[in-house]
Amino acid sequence: MTAATLSAAPLAAAPVRRASKKVLPGFGLTLGYTLFYLSIIVLIPLSALLFKTFSLTWEQFVTAVSSPRVMASYRLTFGASLFAALFNLVFGLLLAWVLVRYKFPGKKIVDALVDLPFALPTAVAGISLTAILAGNGWIGQYLEPLGIKLAFTPAGVVIALIFIGLPFVVRTVQPVLEDAEKELEEAATSLGATRLQIFTRVILPHITPALLTGFAMAFARAIGEYGSVIFIAGNMPMISEITPLIIIGKLEQYDYAGATAVAVVMLVISFVLLLVINGLQAWQRRNAGAPA
Amino acid sequence: MSANLQNKAKARAGTTESPWVRYTLITVALLFVLLFLVLPLAAVFTEALRKGFGAYFAALKEPDAWSAIELTLIAAAIAVPLNLVFGVSAAWAIAKYEFRGKSFLTTLVDLPFSVSPVVAGLMYVLVFGAQGWFGPWLAANDLKVIFAVPGIVLATVFVTFPFIARELIPLMQAQGSDEEQAAIVLGATGWQTFWHVTLPNIKWGLLYGVILTNARAMGEFGAVSVVSGHIRGQTNTLPLHVEILYNEYQSVAAFAVASLLALLALVTLLIKSVAEWRAEQEQKAAADLPPERPLLVPSPSGRGPG
Repeated sequence: MTAATLSAAPLAAAPVRRASKKVLPGFGLTLGYTLFYLSIIVLIPLSALLFKTFSLTWEQFVTAVSSPRVMASYRLTFGASLFAALFNLVFGLLLAWVLVRYKFPGKKIVDALVDLPFALPTAVAGISLTAILAGNGWIGQYLEPLGIKLAFTPAGVVIALIFIGLPFVVRTVQPVLEDAEKELEEAATSLGATRLQIFTRVILPHITPALLTGFAMAFARAIGEYGSVIFIAGNMPMISEITPLIIIGKLEQYDYAGATAVAVVMLVISFVLLLVINGLQAWQRRNAGAPA
Repeated sequence: MSANLQNKAKARAGTTESPWVRYTLITVALLFVLLFLVLPLAAVFTEALRKGFGAYFAALKEPDAWSAIELTLIAAAIAVPLNLVFGVSAAWAIAKYEFRGKSFLTTLVDLPFSVSPVVAGLMYVLVFGAQGWFGPWLAANDLKVIFAVPGIVLATVFVTFPFIARELIPLMQAQGSDEEQAAIVLGATGWQTFWHVTLPNIKWGLLYGVILTNARAMGEFGAVSVVSGHIRGQTNTLPLHVEILYNEYQSVAAFAVASLLALLALVTLLIKSVAEWRAEQEQKAAADLPPERPLLVPSPSGRGPG
């Protein structure tokens, strides 16, 4: 009830000058609540992380975040994430293309399944992929005799991250492809362009911002991923240990400051990636608006 | 059939590929889906039933499994409504108004999405843990957050924080606020406008946001793992229980519990598909209405009992 009266207040204050913009009530209430909740759940705990790092001297911080074992984990985390995101860039585009442009039996089911990595808990994905790729698993039993080991190696990490990031490129590219105007392609054809030329010169420029957005999202998600990876990675220090696991390891030894230092490095990278994604999305909106 | 395809190909000359390119692309895409989506899903159920239904149900009847189910349900039952209220409120503020710092606010709302779950868990340990900001105060008042249920709920809220808002913001931005403004001009209060104009327009997107949030809340592993303390029968959620069983080489039991979570994922996908289909149907129905811009002036009183 108090909320209702609150939400009516801006309405009364609105009338003359920007009536068309501010006629809707609830601005103060909804923005106030949003900021309040955001502060409690996200901003204050995040600031705790930053304050904790100030308890370290600069030298201690650098040592904590650049010891050989931690550096090896960055290489694995970023390398595997990049590889997985690139893989998803190619196959995500292919899947989005097939889902938008072609008809085939079971298309609706495939379309629904694309969201599985969003809905399936990461731990379940982790043990399941491990079971498939282990020496006695459905796929592992055929690869092992060939000398190819995927489970408990960095390659397993990449596979888990491909699974985790699979929906992003599909879901960002799909709507853009659906909205793409066929007239442009028809015009290009009538002007003598081949199908490949049309794809690289007409379609690809149109979907590039969406592709890159999906790629960056898959990459960002992969860097932070923990649940699915730890089951399949084998977690050997220097070889198959991801950065989030380093944080857990330090926590278990009650090295809170060291854990926080590594966490801050990851946090800064997440934040930079988030800004990149936002920039890409803005580009995408401009791109979508431009040709119309 | 092939004649039909050829006719279609002719009709759309220049905007599609030759049949063999089409079939190759479809085959490769389906193989990719089979390898990376269908196999992992199928493996969960096969491994769970490896020793038959008896062993499967025995694993689910364990008291530890039950307490894990209970805790998972509790965490989701608190986290989902909290993020629902936040999501609607944030979407209303961001989609319906122009203000300074809006894009920065949107970035902040998205932030939990890209923060590693492990980092999320760690920051709550730093705030509420024994050595944390509120640690001494909590200990003095005999309250426990970390290694207890409140910490698990907090971590769950954090990792599912942006989903509903992310789902609603683009939807509400696309719909604009013409309908709401009309309702207000016609004398509806803010709440009436929300219930009778906005909510019917966003209900399918909202439903999808809620079930996705629910699936992620019940399945969260990393963040919950950091704050839970893994006390069997007390602070174990379903995913953590899966991990314990798996590490104890109780493969069938681990996959049996995991199959519950996989079923949850399948139900989530099913509801999502139905919601999308219904939303499409409604859009089509609206497009078939006689006036050029249908439902331009919805009257709140005409939308059913108030």
